[in-house]
Amino acid sequence: MSNQLRSQVGPYFGEFGGRFVPEPLIAALDQLDQVYQEAKADPSFQQQLDELHKNYTGRPSIITEAERFAREIGDIRIFLKREDLNHTGSHKINNVMGQALLAKRMGKKRVIAETGAGQHGVASATAAAYFGLDCVVYMGEVDTERQALNVARMKLLGAEVIPVKTGSRTLKDAINEALRDWVANVETTHYLLGTVAGPHPFPTMVRDFHSVIGNEAREQMLEITGSLPDAVAACVGGGSNAIGIFHAFLDDPSVELYGFEAAGAGIETPMHAATLSKGVPGVLHGARSYMLQDEDGQTMESHSISAGLDYPGVGPEHSWLKDLGRANYVGVSDAQAMEAMRLLSRTEGIIPAIETAHALGGLPLILDRLPKGASVLVNLSGRGDKDMETAGRYFGLLG
Amino acid sequence: MISVENTLRSNKASGKGSLVGYFPAGYPTTQDSIEALVAMAENGCDVLEIGVPYSDPVMDGPVIQKATEQALENGFRLSNLFEVIAGVRRRVSTPLLVMSYWNPVIRYGTEKFATDLAAAGAQGMITPDLIPDEAGNWLEISDRLGLDRVFLVAPSSSNERVSANSEKSKGFVYAVSTMGITGERTELDRLAREVVGRIRESSDTPTCVGVGVSNGQQVAEVNSYADGAIVGTALIRAYQEGGHEALVAKTRELAGRLG
Repeated sequence: MSNQLRSQVGPYFGEFGGRFVPEPLIAALDQLDQVYQEAKADPSFQQQLDELHKNYTGRPSIITEAERFAREIGDIRIFLKREDLNHTGSHKINNVMGQALLAKRMGKKRVIAETGAGQHGVASATAAAYFGLDCVVYMGEVDTERQALNVARMKLLGAEVIPVKTGSRTLKDAINEALRDWVANVETTHYLLGTVAGPHPFPTMVRDFHSVIGNEAREQMLEITGSLPDAVAACVGGGSNAIGIFHAFLDDPSVELYGFEAAGAGIETPMHAATLSKGVPGVLHGARSYMLQDEDGQTMESHSISAGLDYPGVGPEHSWLKDLGRANYVGVSDAQAMEAMRLLSRTEGIIPAIETAHALGGLPLILDRLPKGASVLVNLSGRGDKDMETAGRYFGLLG
Repeated sequence: MISVENTLRSNKASGKGSLVGYFPAGYPTTQDSIEALVAMAENGCDVLEIGVPYSDPVMDGPVIQKATEQALENGFRLSNLFEVIAGVRRRVSTPLLVMSYWNPVIRYGTEKFATDLAAAGAQGMITPDLIPDEAGNWLEISDRLGLDRVFLVAPSSSNERVSANSEKSKGFVYAVSTMGITGERTELDRLAREVVGRIRESSDTPTCVGVGVSNGQQVAEVNSYADGAIVGTALIRAYQEGGHEALVAKTRELAGRLG
């Protein structure tokens, strides 16, 4: 079997990717790329990471078949890859442990990170505490309000959380602020970027660290059902959990790939974050990719009930997979996601993150494209504890 | 029209040195920015940099961010940029460069952007988030239209990159010194001198330095080893604090110690 799609390692994915950043960052990107290449070729690095995942992250994550949930959706079998059971409650830990190991290798004692929902910030603060690194997390002021509990978690872990008050005061602006910090402190600091966006080598490196999700799941599915799934589904903001589970299946043509974007109030309205469905290619945060922009090339504000998907850009590999027609990207509204959050909670006793709920809420939308009795693997990328305030208000559960 | 490069060269040769002043188009309004840039030219700026307000300005500090955000809030559109260039060009002959992040340029169309800025009377473009490696057809278009293209060189740039970026630059090379601890003048000075020295070794294109220069003393100092000092934040801060009059006074103060 050919590994044509899987073997792409950047800096470009077709016409997407690259390094559209100020010159002062190029040396740091070159250094990171080189150290990462060396680490990749060094069996002791992978072994170290595997052991961390086994003894700290809690890998491999299990697969749970969601039978009662599936019955509510239609004639399909649904398998949940339980990244919500990882330490810190989401897939984000896969990437931060890898990058923190690299920061140690580069001799950098300070890490900075951006965060939207707070999951990557918490994961970064966790890795920094574990490895004894200084950690600063940039978070849009709007997000610090809607994810107050995660702010407290990061602080308890010893990180400094800086609310970003510029622009739309969300994830996009947190990335700008982290990039500014990195420009000024690049010699001592590693930028622990949390998604598969940004300048090369981040999209490739972050994907590689998350590809453990799909690699495990592919074997687990073969073991459980005796065959590959008919479809693999995940939510897409920047796209890290999606690429993590897609990657192992890219060269399996029988497996359909579905990325579910945040359609907010609806993709026919201006209030959405459906970058791949509604955006056009441009340059944002160091890479060429689909993005939400106006006719003047100004980035447009995205909207989603989920802080983690509220981003007007997306990783370049997703843009490439979209244009190739290898993966399908579909918008899921706030209401559809929230309904799926409630349904999974009630039928399976699993409260998903609102981000993750988009992947579940998208399943009814693609049902007619799947064969009868299809088996669908869904990346259950995070748990919903952090979202209880939003969910409590949405469902009127707070007295 | 005298070119950016010749302006910097003749000011260096005469021992005067050069002041390069930055101001954003459309800040706070299109007309105000024309008045500001004309005043900067009339009171001592040898080259003008017209900034394009952009939603995600990762190379700019808080003062410039705030100014460009306000320009966008006040309704700045790219069409206003060309009005500002033409408005300034009608009144002064000072060389003009546009400073723009890359996405507005490619969204508008690189060829059209270049053609329109030349037609309006600008000499070229500074691209803070575009490295020559990614510049694609901008290299060919700027050559064909005879436009300046200014790339950045940083203290962290390898010698190979210093040489390549300088060679690809036309008009001048933009030496940035934002590494290390921002604000410590002695350290910034050392880094700036070092990077200018490395540019000089590989290229005879003029070199201007942007190092958070904020007064006339520093402008003169930078001109002792480079071909020009670039000032943005200090001019905008003056404008924010005291309006047009303060901008005029600050420009005079910045240029005051040049020979």
